[in-house]
Amino acid sequence: MKFTRRLVASLLAAGLALFAPRTAAAQHETAADLLDGERAFKNTCANCHGPDGDVIAGIDLGRGRFRRPMTDDDLLRIIRTGIPNTPMPASQMTVEQAQKIVAYLRNRAATARGSVAAGDPLRGKGVFDKGTCASCHRVGATGSRVGPDLTDVGTRRSARELELALVDPSADVAPANRTYRVVLKDGTTVTGRLLGHDTFSVQLLDSKEQLRSFDKADLREQGFVATPMPSYRTSMTPQELADVVSYLSSLRGQ
Amino acid sequence: MRHALRLAVVLVLAAPLYAQQVTFDRILHGDREPQNWLSYSGTLMNQRFSPLTQITAANVKNLQQQWVWQAKSLEKFEATPLVVDGVMYTVQAPNDAVALDAVTGRVFWTYAYTPAPEGRPCCGRVNRGLAILGDTLYMGTIDAHLIAIDAKSGKPLWNTVVAKASDRYSITSSPTIVKDKVIIGTGGGDGPIRGYISAFDAKTGKEVWRFNTIPGPGEPGHDTWSGDSWKTGGAGVWNSGAYDPETNLVFFGTGNPAPDWDGRERLGDNLYSDSVLALDADTGKLKWHYQFTPHDELDYDSTQVPVLADIQWQGKPRKVMLWANRNGVMYVLDRTTGEFLKGKPYVKTNWLDGFDAKGRPNRVKFPTKEGTAIYPHVHGATNWAPPSFSPRTGLFYVATWENSGTFAREGQFPGAIPGPNTRQTTMGATNVVPFYNNPDTEAIGVVRAYDPATLDYKWEFRLGDITWGGTLVTAGDVVFSGGRDGYFLALDAKTGALLWKANVGGQINAAAMSYSVNGKQYVAISAGSALFAYALP
Repeated sequence: MKFTRRLVASLLAAGLALFAPRTAAAQHETAADLLDGERAFKNTCANCHGPDGDVIAGIDLGRGRFRRPMTDDDLLRIIRTGIPNTPMPASQMTVEQAQKIVAYLRNRAATARGSVAAGDPLRGKGVFDKGTCASCHRVGATGSRVGPDLTDVGTRRSARELELALVDPSADVAPANRTYRVVLKDGTTVTGRLLGHDTFSVQLLDSKEQLRSFDKADLREQGFVATPMPSYRTSMTPQELADVVSYLSSLRGQ
Repeated sequence: MRHALRLAVVLVLAAPLYAQQVTFDRILHGDREPQNWLSYSGTLMNQRFSPLTQITAANVKNLQQQWVWQAKSLEKFEATPLVVDGVMYTVQAPNDAVALDAVTGRVFWTYAYTPAPEGRPCCGRVNRGLAILGDTLYMGTIDAHLIAIDAKSGKPLWNTVVAKASDRYSITSSPTIVKDKVIIGTGGGDGPIRGYISAFDAKTGKEVWRFNTIPGPGEPGHDTWSGDSWKTGGAGVWNSGAYDPETNLVFFGTGNPAPDWDGRERLGDNLYSDSVLALDADTGKLKWHYQFTPHDELDYDSTQVPVLADIQWQGKPRKVMLWANRNGVMYVLDRTTGEFLKGKPYVKTNWLDGFDAKGRPNRVKFPTKEGTAIYPHVHGATNWAPPSFSPRTGLFYVATWENSGTFAREGQFPGAIPGPNTRQTTMGATNVVPFYNNPDTEAIGVVRAYDPATLDYKWEFRLGDITWGGTLVTAGDVVFSGGRDGYFLALDAKTGALLWKANVGGQINAAAMSYSVNGKQYVAISAGSALFAYALP
């Protein structure tokens, strides 16, 4: 029984790894980690690389462009030990600190790609409002906070990425938006957005939009679960998809 | 039956997790939900009194640290956290809002705001805390913005410019919520500003009314400023207000006139500097005012939080306002009419020798070229740190300073240690009156319990160093305080006896608050760069 559960957990973890385009370092990312990474980047790296990471020729850290392909481990090593015979110095950072910078850069790069077919934003709004989108997503002051807030999603995501999120929502879930599930010893199950976790506790924004913290000793199970966002590949027509993408692209904050 | 009982218990325990939004009615009656702390000083009466009774004078000696949260900031930590149904909200200086689990101190979210570089308050990049209404938190920023933040997600909802930071305005106080409005004042009065208090629509951030703390041409009180001095006369507002629902009045204290220590350019009483203002909460119209220090030349800001209390006054119940002022005098005012009921020095004070019938002080000490020893010193008998009042003991608990200084005009330093201005402190380019600590009087901090009827103190607890910490009093008859030497103290509210202490390893520049989650009472204090929570084992 216990073995089976562990096996299931391993398979689940393996499945997630398949979906995740990033390596193990990224598994721990939370919104707080990304914020720490951003601050460390701005305090340290930005001095030479610039605030957008594109000051040095041939390198655009904000878009994931390097002089040669880099794994997360390559970046970690370079941040910590520098590159000999170049101005890139070694740093005093711990592995954890450097991981947060890598997570920040990867997350930033993931938000800065490509573009798609045109639709009608007004029609798209109609499709959005008629559907169940607002049961997880928020636009302005309306809708739930459990899923990603879409108020200014047009400034953060390309049309290509928005389309991908609609047809294959589990393909690339931003670290701060991953769904986590805990099962208490009494069988109560709580799912929500993972806000933070440490050796002894887990913090979630649960599906009822409550900020909850759990002692891991009180939990029977815990872990990431697949996104509750369904694929609209077949349930929407190509035109509806293009319209919704167009509407989302038009959301640029207040 | 037993099953039903268990169900009821589960429902009661679960209730806080699914509680409703923080309505204004809940804020107004914060004492009805003692597990929460819904505004800066607990309720809009600013008594900083916790009705929780689990921690008592008898058992407080058993308090144990439950958790510590380290702020990623080296600024002074002046904030009082809010607690709403198990979630704590505070500010990491200067202006990062943080949501924490009140049981474990682990972080839910951080909203990081980067103030504009022009946001440079005179006296520290600090913040004293958030306000909440509905599902929205409100934060004033050192670059004089007011920001609404979603309490669940930490996402900013609106960001309103209250005043121009480039004109030396700043905001460091916790906003005051009245009905559907967020009311906040502008700090910066050690520089050449003209202060004001503004009310903003809580939903939209649009300004609804504004009251200038210095009257303009044609307005009553304008003639208390000579020449054009009113345009840059200071009178900043940098602490929270109080609210009385019976009269619909919101009360704020105002800061010093500018320039701080030389009044020769601003002859007159300089209204409404160093005053308490009673404003109609809906319109911002002035209903009454009382000026504590007319024509101040000693930087006696009156930006303490107004403390409202319903007490017996000369044998009859009376709605009063208690005020331990920076100028060394403690006041009892009628909060409905503004009538001066009593004023009396509460530390060693020599700048006045009494009051006229209307409560105007008779000032007898002035800065001279030779230097004049004046009590209290520029730091005051207290400063912004909030005091507390217990309806149980009827006592007013104030963290005070005993100190004096010599004030001299035009750079004279008689008696000062030889050397170039070794004891001078400068604050604001326009000030020309220097001051220094008298070498023969060591400033100390003292926590005292005053009887509002006589304004005499019943007991005192002397600290080894000065204090920028306030006080908290609980229904368990414990007073919590602390000072610059980094001890968090529990004192007997009736006798002042030291009951418990904890070394928090850093200055206490804030007052404590108390809350409970799942039936367990906590006491939280910001100290050094960290926030500490204590409870019984």
